[in-house]
Amino acid sequence: MSNTAIRAGKARKTVKNIFVHVILAILAFIWVLPIFWVVVTSFRGEKGSYVTTFLPKTYTFNNYIKLFTDTSILNFPRMFMNTLIIAIFVCIISTVFVLSVSYCMSRMRFKMRKPFMNIAMILGLFPSFMSMISVYYILKALNLVEGGMIRIALIIVFSAGSGVGFYVAKGFFDTIPKSLDEAAIIDGATRWQIFTRITIPLSKPIIVYTILTSFMAPWIDFIFAKVICRADAKYYTVSIGLWKMLEKEYIDSWYTCFAAGAVVVSIPIAILFMITQKYYVEGMSGAVKG
Amino acid sequence: MKKAEKKNKEEFKSPYTIIGAITKGNVITKLSLLIMGLGNIAHKQIVKGLMYLAVEISWLVYMIQYGFYSLSMLPSLGWREQQKVWNKEKSIFEYEAGDQSNLILLFGVATLFVTAMFIIVWRDAVKSSYKAELLAKEGSHINTFKEDFKSLFNQNLHKLLLGAPIMGVLVFTILPLIYNITMAFTNYSKLNDKMVLFDWVGIDNFKKILNIRDGIGGQFYSVLGWTLIWAVFATVLNYIFGMILAIVINRKETKAKGFWRFCFVLSIAVPQFVSLLIMRSMLQPTGIVNTLLLKYGIIDTALPFFSSPMWARVTVIVINIWVGIPYTLLQVTGILQNIPAELYEAAKIDGANTVQIFFKITLPYMLFVMTPYLITQFTGNINNFNVIFLLSGGNPTGVGDTAGSTDLLVTWLYKLTVDKSYYNLGAVIGIMTFIVLAIVSLITYRNTASYKDEEGFM
Repeated sequence: MSNTAIRAGKARKTVKNIFVHVILAILAFIWVLPIFWVVVTSFRGEKGSYVTTFLPKTYTFNNYIKLFTDTSILNFPRMFMNTLIIAIFVCIISTVFVLSVSYCMSRMRFKMRKPFMNIAMILGLFPSFMSMISVYYILKALNLVEGGMIRIALIIVFSAGSGVGFYVAKGFFDTIPKSLDEAAIIDGATRWQIFTRITIPLSKPIIVYTILTSFMAPWIDFIFAKVICRADAKYYTVSIGLWKMLEKEYIDSWYTCFAAGAVVVSIPIAILFMITQKYYVEGMSGAVKG
Repeated sequence: MKKAEKKNKEEFKSPYTIIGAITKGNVITKLSLLIMGLGNIAHKQIVKGLMYLAVEISWLVYMIQYGFYSLSMLPSLGWREQQKVWNKEKSIFEYEAGDQSNLILLFGVATLFVTAMFIIVWRDAVKSSYKAELLAKEGSHINTFKEDFKSLFNQNLHKLLLGAPIMGVLVFTILPLIYNITMAFTNYSKLNDKMVLFDWVGIDNFKKILNIRDGIGGQFYSVLGWTLIWAVFATVLNYIFGMILAIVINRKETKAKGFWRFCFVLSIAVPQFVSLLIMRSMLQPTGIVNTLLLKYGIIDTALPFFSSPMWARVTVIVINIWVGIPYTLLQVTGILQNIPAELYEAAKIDGANTVQIFFKITLPYMLFVMTPYLITQFTGNINNFNVIFLLSGGNPTGVGDTAGSTDLLVTWLYKLTVDKSYYNLGAVIGIMTFIVLAIVSLITYRNTASYKDEEGFM
């Protein structure tokens, strides 16, 4: 190959590389822009949802202050506490359920194992919203949809069915060598001891992942909370609160507070996500490989 | 699949069967068919026997108190209407409560459910009695209660661990689902004012939905069509763009890979309902996008992102790409790194170019590994309530009085039940959605390489 040809090839490669990076920059800009917009809006001094400039004319902290102190119409601090309480309980119950089920599916062999896995798959095909209507009536029959019981109802709704979401954790447990279990059995360990002393300590990543995802569920979910709470604003979770702020009657006075609230909710979730991202990918690709 | 099931059955075959107990069991075992736990008590498994007996007694008490009444009401779903009764002492009209069909239906279904659970325990009890009898005949050891309890922490650990989660799923997922499915066969609806007292109507609702000339039926087909189009586009576009993006970022020559990934992943770190609400408010007629475009004279009138049917449909698909690509990116990145490097080296030695390598190695490998993921994505998109509900709310209305032109089957289901109180039609739509999903996933799964040739790439 002659020198000029190599140089031409190199030049073409450089052009291609610049082109790729420019495209990436444009795309990344598009992806980051809405997030940037919310953060900026949360500090905007001007009121209302109608603006004519991308960047605010004045900056202020008042949106955050109003969000946490103006409790007359939309009580954000209480919504925050509601969600926190619910999230803590859901987190405990779901984590126990998910780890129990996935351990059994991965390690134990019993008659109901395959049927259970098939049923879990079939349940996933029904619109989850469908059972929601009936869950509401069942909770109503149990007197759980009035007043303070709403919290219990929400905890039940978010955690009771969590046993069917075992795929990710099962994928992880499958990667722990079986020879460890066998060695422990030879040493006289019971299954329970294997579960608590070997499997659990070796599964920190997936436990962290399960804890965090189940903690997040009540923060992220919107529709179930809305159906259960109906009009009882006292027990709203943050997601319903934020959605309310964009409704016609509130949007003018609450739009910038919505942005502030969105930032408040997003920061912890973003941090959790950053921590769990690795486990998420590992767990999923493990589960896909079967 | 069949083979595996057969194998599964053989693996857990047990000599202690119900039929065995009935045909070959002794008197006590046969009596255990009626009095649960008798056989266990006779063979000194007293606690276990008493526990079975307690289950039987509590079931009987429940049935006598509520159960039989609930079951007897189930065929008619109630007939007493609420009535005004003149109270002489107080000289006022008082309302005497009538039957409430929806409660009758709920308690009826729950009773059937409890009875089904009871039958499972009953089978267990009979088998257990028969087992105790056979073991006693052989002169083998019969487990004491203490040993049974200990086995819960060892070979029967699954019973201990699965108990609560399965109860949760049964009571709050499966029971509600069955209850909801039964609604599809009634006329429980505001449509003909059957909100308190309603009746069984067989498959009338299905006929109504499937009849294209009926108002609701016409809407059904157009919503179904759009749901499928949406699911295909949302899944395929996300997959293709996500894969291209991942490959571009993972190229050896691309600088600052971590930074690019971070930019894209940032958008999923924000909860979906937040980012979707933000998008919606940005794309309103007076939202920031339209305002800026108008201000700089790029357009003369606001773009109808959510007010023109065609625009709205394209908008939700495009925004779904914005929401979904980061997930695909994460997935694909993981899998790309798993592709054996030897494959690429061999291809390079054979003189293959980038495009050939992509179509001959990368794509087949990805499709092989990711087909199950794609199917879950597809089913997830058919049930993608959030994207539609939070972005367009199903609007703009266009396909009739109940469904908008971006409504999916699920959001339509929501509108029919929560907004309109057409519970029966909502239930039918739910069942239809399930049928569509089941068919699609069965066909695609059976036709994929990962099903036909499980060891292909391993």
